[in-house]
Amino acid sequence: MMPWSRRLATVGSVAIVAAGLIPVYWTLVASLSPEASLFTAPSLIPTALVFDHYRALFAGLAFWRPIRNSLVVAGTTTVFAVAAGSLCAYAIARLRFRGRNLVLAAVLAVSMFPQIAVVSPLFLMLRQVHLIDTYPGLVLPYMTFAMPISIWLLVGFFRQLPPEIEEAALVDGASRLQAFRKIVLPLAVPGVTATAILTFLYCWNEFLFALTFTLGPERQTVPVAIALFRGQYQVPWGQVLAGSVVATIPVVLILLVAQRRIVQGLTSGAVKG
Amino acid sequence: MASIALDSVRKKFGGRDAVRDVSLDIPDGELMVLVGPSGSGKSTVLRLIAGLEQPTSGRVSIGGRDVTGLPPQRRDLAMVFQSYALYPHLSVRDNLSFGLRVRSVAAAEIEPRIVHAAQLLGIEGVLDRKPSQLSGGQRQRVALGRAIVREPQAFLLDEPLSNLDPALRLETRTQLARLHRRLKATMVYVTHDQEEAMTLGTAIAVMKDGAVEQTGRPMAVFDRPANTFVAQFLGSPAMNLLRGTAAPALESLAPPDRRADVLFGIRPHDIAISSPEEAEADARGLVETVESLGSVRIVHIAAGDKERVIVRVVVPRDARVAPDETVGLRFRRDRVHIFDARTGCRLN
Amino acid sequence: MFLSRPRSTADTRLAWLFAAPALGVITTIAAFPVVWTFWESLHLHDLRMPWLARPFVGAANYREAISDPRAWSALAHTIAFTGGTVTLELGVGLVLALALSRTRPGIGVLRTAALLPWAIPTVVAALVWRFIFESPGGFANALLSKAGLMEAAPAWFSDPYAAWVPIVLADVWRTTPFMALLLLAGLQSIDPSLYEAAALDGAGQLRQTIDITLPLLRPAMLAAVVFRSLDAFRVFDVVYVMTGGGPGTATEPLSLFAFRVLFRDLRFGYGAALSVLVFVVSFSLALLWLRLTRLNEEE
Repeated sequence: MMPWSRRLATVGSVAIVAAGLIPVYWTLVASLSPEASLFTAPSLIPTALVFDHYRALFAGLAFWRPIRNSLVVAGTTTVFAVAAGSLCAYAIARLRFRGRNLVLAAVLAVSMFPQIAVVSPLFLMLRQVHLIDTYPGLVLPYMTFAMPISIWLLVGFFRQLPPEIEEAALVDGASRLQAFRKIVLPLAVPGVTATAILTFLYCWNEFLFALTFTLGPERQTVPVAIALFRGQYQVPWGQVLAGSVVATIPVVLILLVAQRRIVQGLTSGAVKG
Repeated sequence: MASIALDSVRKKFGGRDAVRDVSLDIPDGELMVLVGPSGSGKSTVLRLIAGLEQPTSGRVSIGGRDVTGLPPQRRDLAMVFQSYALYPHLSVRDNLSFGLRVRSVAAAEIEPRIVHAAQLLGIEGVLDRKPSQLSGGQRQRVALGRAIVREPQAFLLDEPLSNLDPALRLETRTQLARLHRRLKATMVYVTHDQEEAMTLGTAIAVMKDGAVEQTGRPMAVFDRPANTFVAQFLGSPAMNLLRGTAAPALESLAPPDRRADVLFGIRPHDIAISSPEEAEADARGLVETVESLGSVRIVHIAAGDKERVIVRVVVPRDARVAPDETVGLRFRRDRVHIFDARTGCRLN
Repeated sequence: MFLSRPRSTADTRLAWLFAAPALGVITTIAAFPVVWTFWESLHLHDLRMPWLARPFVGAANYREAISDPRAWSALAHTIAFTGGTVTLELGVGLVLALALSRTRPGIGVLRTAALLPWAIPTVVAALVWRFIFESPGGFANALLSKAGLMEAAPAWFSDPYAAWVPIVLADVWRTTPFMALLLLAGLQSIDPSLYEAAALDGAGQLRQTIDITLPLLRPAMLAAVVFRSLDAFRVFDVVYVMTGGGPGTATEPLSLFAFRVLFRDLRFGYGAALSVLVFVVSFSLALLWLRLTRLNEEE
């Protein structure tokens, strides 16, 4: 590869990526700028940095509530989806049984359902059992995408494990269950981690279900809370941007820590973009 | 140790016949080598014995008991995989003891077995390492150790030497033979290497396209191959096959009514080169190439008047043969094999 | 693939035991509701008029959809949005993927940075871009006026056509990294010795890209396009937060229209019919994508 073309490629990618990051950087700056300067021409280099918006966010608007809700819902959903999903994925990937392909097809099909197609029956169902505006009332609907994602990703990871190691365990005398617990699961930790991370990210970012199945600030999640900020006369942009930054921090942290695992998970199977 | 028997075992994958009506009898203490080219079904037969595959029809018995319906964990066999299949997250010690721990064998019993196997294989020093920290040869020995520790009814080995480099392969081969004698173990050994089959096996089964072509003691099969495939598979360089027209002198050996459609087989080691004028020469030919292997030489000769066929002869390194020479060939009459040209089956 | 005899009934039992919790949840929470939606679309179900009960009306809702101009607009918006965003994402994503594939393997940092927009919640992305275009403090107008392209700040969100610009930009900004990632994976699976052979034959960088990279990348590109399309067709979050479908209903996609019918007009039967339409289109695309990826694997 010619050295100049590699340099060009590096410069090019850096340029594109930097361009992509400008809105992020700028949001951060804007969230720290005084109210007045939000409505005048912007500059990339901030002149004054204030925390007014953040203070208003947590004091007046009690932003810690949506954060708590998002954490609880995303966390719970992830735990259940990955637990049930890994069992199901193992069965699909390794055990031979009639109907196996049908199960995989069903899982795949469900992951392709548009949310709008299930939101109204889910609403009626949840209303029937008085679960609107509750934690279970969000965790359950979230299973519609969390479960298929988990299963799909984990099937991919399980299939990558060399089958001979499990066969060795079987010939050594382990039952299927023992082989699963002692050999497969420890080896699947990277895959399970990647799946958990991606599932958590999807739950954290989800909007439509959270919008429909919660009624008030007690149970609203972060995306809904930010979207529904209503000032008296206009949108309180300072707080909205500050809220956006707060909403993004956990996501960015996860990305930084686990980027390789995430990329692995994304490219090993089909995932909603 | 136990005997193993396969009774008319068949295995289909989708539409494909991987194993066709195989029946094998492996008595207690035998080292049976299943040998054949890739795709011959030998690994499938091994997996059928292990219980990792279920036969489409037929029966598998171990120690006289029908185990066809039993899952692998209940057959009390030990298997050494081609890729060794060591548990990557466990130490060597835990790898060795896994099979025993899973069967709830007492810890007091486990430790001496591990020590014994480790000493036998020379891996005492690596017991606390993980497989990723071992060399290929060490991993292979751990795989063997895992099997030995189990004290199973029989050992199954799937091309255990193929991932080793040639020098190590030779050394490990002799170690395996020694191990077999010491443990008096029943072993089923799969390989595509005919040399391994000849040197290791107390019995061999030559397989092709899912069927067993011939079984027997290695030398017996070598000396009396049942058909042209077995004849050319064992022994290196491969046996020469000639029509009567290329070696008219041999035609008298064939039964009179079959003169026209027989093939004569003669191994490269059983041919002597002489000068072309000798009356006793069975054939004449032109030397095309002479390959020197160090202690011996392989001479490729284009023989026969009507049909030219390449005959390979092994000669000592001092023999004076050069390309473009015309030479005479003398075949050892008692080592001539006669096959039906159409079916390939042995006639004598 | 049916076996002549399953490995053992114990295996089968274990398999169903393992799969049961996940399957149970999926059936209750996803499969059942979808079936219900189909069934619901054949009824008249208006929550504002409960005295009408819920009579079966066959295809009446669908007939209404066909004659509803707002439904047609929504469909047109959705198709235009899908076409626009996917094309842009493919273009930029391809360039980014090509560039990334040629950088030295310090690529980790670059890739993390590139992925950042994708990880950001859609709602946040929508709000940020809305601010960029709506507020005088946003830099879109500042940039444009500095570049001399525009005088006064246009009211992006008051114009039925201009309002699409920030929407498309926000979606492209957020999704291009994912597209680039998919394409990068495809690029890295191309045998590098092909490029070497071409170089020996005298082909330059550009030639190699045109003659080797693009043709071999076509299956991956096709699969990525179909996959993104089925996602874009379902768009909801971005538009809801940015314009609410406005001005008026000028930027309203099908999902948002169905949502309004369901939860503002409370017409569950009609809304279900609209949802079914979204489902059918995106599911067909999904099946197409499946066939494409299976074909790719078989190559």
